[in-house]
Amino acid sequence: MSQFEEAHSWPGEIAPGDHHGEDGSFAAGIRGYLIGFALSVVLTVASFSIVGTKLIWAPGIPVALAVLAVAQMGVHLVFFLHINTGPDSTNNVLALAFGVLIVAMVVGGSLWIMYHLNSNMMPMNALMDLHTQH
Amino acid sequence: MLLGKLSLDALPLHEPIPLITSIVLVLGILGILAWITAKGSWPYLWNEWITSVDHKRIGVMYFMLGFVMLLRGFSDAIMMRAQQALAYNAPGYLPPEHYDQIFSAHGSIMIFFVAMPFMIGLMNFVVPLQIGARDVAFPTFNSVSLWLTATGVLLANVSLAVGEFARTGWLAYPPLSELKFSPGVGVDYYLWSLQLSGIGTLMSGINLVTTILKMRAPGMSYTRMPVFCWTALASNLLIVAAFPILTATFAMLLLDRYLGFHFFTNNFGGNPMMYINLIWAWGHPEVYILILPAFGVFSEVISTFSGKPLFGYRSMVAATMAICILSFMVWLHHFFTMGAGADVNGFFGIMTMIIAVPTGVKVFNWLFTMYGGRIRFEVPILWAIGFMVTFVIGGMTGVLMAVPPVDFVLHNSLFLIAHFHNVVIGGVVFGAFAGYTYWFPKAFGFRLHEGLGKAAFWFWLIGFYVAFMPLYVLGLMGMTRRMQHYDVADWQPWLIVAACGAVLILCGIICHIAQLVVSIRTRAQRMDDTGDPWDGRTLEWSTTSPPPAFNFAVVPDVRGEEAYWGAKRKAIQAGRLAEEPKYEAIEMPRNSPTGFVAAFFATITGFALIWHIWWMVLMGLFGAFATFVAFAWRDVEEFEVPAEEVARMDRERRQARLVIVNPELRA
Amino acid sequence: MSAATSTAAAAQNPHRLGYRGLGPHPSDHGRSPKRIIVGYGFWIFLLSDFVMFSGFFAAFAVLSGANAGGPSGRELFDIHNIGVETGCLLLSSVACGMASLAVDARNAVWTQLMLMVTGLLGLVFIVLEVREFSGLIDQGAGPQRSAFLSSFFALVGCHGLHVSAGLLWLGTMMAQIYAKGFTPNMIRRFMCFSLFWHALDIIWVGVFTVVYLMGVAR
Repeated sequence: MSQFEEAHSWPGEIAPGDHHGEDGSFAAGIRGYLIGFALSVVLTVASFSIVGTKLIWAPGIPVALAVLAVAQMGVHLVFFLHINTGPDSTNNVLALAFGVLIVAMVVGGSLWIMYHLNSNMMPMNALMDLHTQH
Repeated sequence: MLLGKLSLDALPLHEPIPLITSIVLVLGILGILAWITAKGSWPYLWNEWITSVDHKRIGVMYFMLGFVMLLRGFSDAIMMRAQQALAYNAPGYLPPEHYDQIFSAHGSIMIFFVAMPFMIGLMNFVVPLQIGARDVAFPTFNSVSLWLTATGVLLANVSLAVGEFARTGWLAYPPLSELKFSPGVGVDYYLWSLQLSGIGTLMSGINLVTTILKMRAPGMSYTRMPVFCWTALASNLLIVAAFPILTATFAMLLLDRYLGFHFFTNNFGGNPMMYINLIWAWGHPEVYILILPAFGVFSEVISTFSGKPLFGYRSMVAATMAICILSFMVWLHHFFTMGAGADVNGFFGIMTMIIAVPTGVKVFNWLFTMYGGRIRFEVPILWAIGFMVTFVIGGMTGVLMAVPPVDFVLHNSLFLIAHFHNVVIGGVVFGAFAGYTYWFPKAFGFRLHEGLGKAAFWFWLIGFYVAFMPLYVLGLMGMTRRMQHYDVADWQPWLIVAACGAVLILCGIICHIAQLVVSIRTRAQRMDDTGDPWDGRTLEWSTTSPPPAFNFAVVPDVRGEEAYWGAKRKAIQAGRLAEEPKYEAIEMPRNSPTGFVAAFFATITGFALIWHIWWMVLMGLFGAFATFVAFAWRDVEEFEVPAEEVARMDRERRQARLVIVNPELRA
Repeated sequence: MSAATSTAAAAQNPHRLGYRGLGPHPSDHGRSPKRIIVGYGFWIFLLSDFVMFSGFFAAFAVLSGANAGGPSGRELFDIHNIGVETGCLLLSSVACGMASLAVDARNAVWTQLMLMVTGLLGLVFIVLEVREFSGLIDQGAGPQRSAFLSSFFALVGCHGLHVSAGLLWLGTMMAQIYAKGFTPNMIRRFMCFSLFWHALDIIWVGVFTVVYLMGVAR
């Protein structure tokens, strides 16, 4: 029973966040986290610095920020959460993909819908005038 | 200060209908509690049911909760039908403030406390048995989910006696649901009862997804799973994906109401349309959460009672998963008229029509399953046939309204009301009743009385058509929904007919209650001795009725599709059962009061939040936290069923099954 | 060909969909070990939490321009403070990773030490955030001022509540590890905590990008 409970992986699957090689070297483990940390710092500093500078064409700044953010999320997923595309992680990756899809549809769909609704709505000042008229 | 906003004014002393209803209900509940005490059944109830973490018991309790709430929701319906039948150029008997609460409660209760518990109850009971597992992934959390749902039920019903319910409709649109226009406690009752039960539902979704993906018996690959498990998987994936949106949206409305935020207010930049957008981003997946398990029930029922494997297994699975994904791409069709413009409306209109296609695939597969089969017209398949006709009609009116210009005429008219009742009653309710009749023997060891079951079916079917077809006509005649009175003479005859239909449905409900009472009284005549009363095809029919706590003495090794059917055929051909397996001790999770106690504190917290009794809120939250810590601190989580006990129970099961392989023993 | 035999044939044929490969297939083994079941279930919970945050993100994105004549992000946000908060959370994630290595090695002292560091850094984050919030409220830029501020306080506050709940969980878990040692239960719970903590850092990346940096850049 205890062997069954403590198994970190099973032929063909692994728990999310686990990595093969708990038996492996401690140094390799630390290295992974430190590389992830270093990459995250680089991406964070990059994000913070492009906000004020003229390095990027102004309307492109939100896009650049989004790209850097997605990259950093990927760094966290790979280096801290050990998510990879190996066959053992298929279920975990599929679940993540499902979640990302839902988030994209909800956020993207809402933005598209609300932008159209707002642009078709009466302007706020005229609406407030109507309110006060009773 | 000590009791927040709560005072004696909260009691409905000046409103006869709520007052009398509350008194009757309280006396009835006290009577039941007294009867249980007199019989000395508390230890049994506490040990075997209230603290149970067994998925079968939890499934039964969910279903019972749903049925009791069906009575409450239906009373609201009969009151509304009566009011509308009377109120031509007349005030009727329900003042508007009361009528508004009734239609709001009717919708909220029917969706959240009837349809959801029915479906979740069936999935809880059946899925672990069908995949060859001993229980769900997180049995104690399963209990928490059940009791949190009961918390929601309790809070919503307490509003009848103490305070009021929301008057905003079942989705509580702002700005009406904001504090400025609903200053009373009604919307707070609505929000907190649904937030708390929503947590339970989300936990249940996580539980069942994990169970289906990680706990199937050896050899049961995805393509060997029964279709009911596939639809359960899709439905629970949708729960996990959609319910958080409901939680977030209700949280925003609560922040507006309690802390003066401006998400959805009319002023300071708030945007009520955002609420409608988000709530329907939840609301549309919600209806698929409800219908997919019903589709699964019908797949099981139709294949069993046609004596054939389900036609087109792979296209069924593909259609189910397609519906799952597509259900997240259509939600704007609930507010075509809110003004998003032609592009957006057009996209969502087309997506809505596309989502009808996989449903059509399913209907054809069911029909082709029946074609060429040897149909046994038992009660479950009557519900299935009634479903196919009724749901298709409802689906077609849905596709009709998916065309935005048509929806501009029909939005929020009785045509819409008729459509969604058509699909929900024809789909979800009929599916619940089919599943109830089909799996009742498995749960309790005896079959239900057939004659009363058939009577219930016919009353429900005919009653549904008489009650709701007039509403289609009324919608086309221009009648809007939720009208407390009206002055168009032409409408009244149709509303009277609809009221008669509601009475027919009432007869159906009475038949169901009678069926249960009579079945229990005369159960000796309809015992299910073998565990396989319907000549079933899936694994749950290999167990006894009811199954032991551990479901299977030995975890089944699944060889082909329709694992049980194949094994059964082989045994019948050979004239004897398979060899006796080697029995080992089985570890099962211990019962736990965690669910009940946590929900108790959740109820206190919810009630305190509604009435602004802040010290009680803190106490409730602390109590809930302490309950979880106590649960997390326990040392012994499991108990062992010794191998000899397992062997004894399984040998009895095998003995009872001899009659299947040797029919001459039946005499 | 019936579905059963065609599945069997597909399993052997590398050119058919449904090819099962040469090795054992996960479904041949039956129920997964408890660690995988618990880990996966918690993973699904985290994804549901992401969806909940996306509701708040969507509301923020829609309402971010609705100042109602009040202050906007550019006037209010102190980017340096956010930089410090980001650093704290990132370092606490690394500390949590170190703790998970210590748990793998069953080293109680280093586990508790790293968990303490994780918790302290998380606490600094919370203190800074509470200071930011009370500062804003004092300036009259509280959540009641405008829809933009409501959505800001709700989104960032929701993240902060999750971090606070995580700290409460961390404290309880440290006490349990002290009292019970590295039982399979505790190891599983630590795994869940670590998933939770890293996920919160991922969400924070979204928060500081969308709320603060994009708010200041517009």
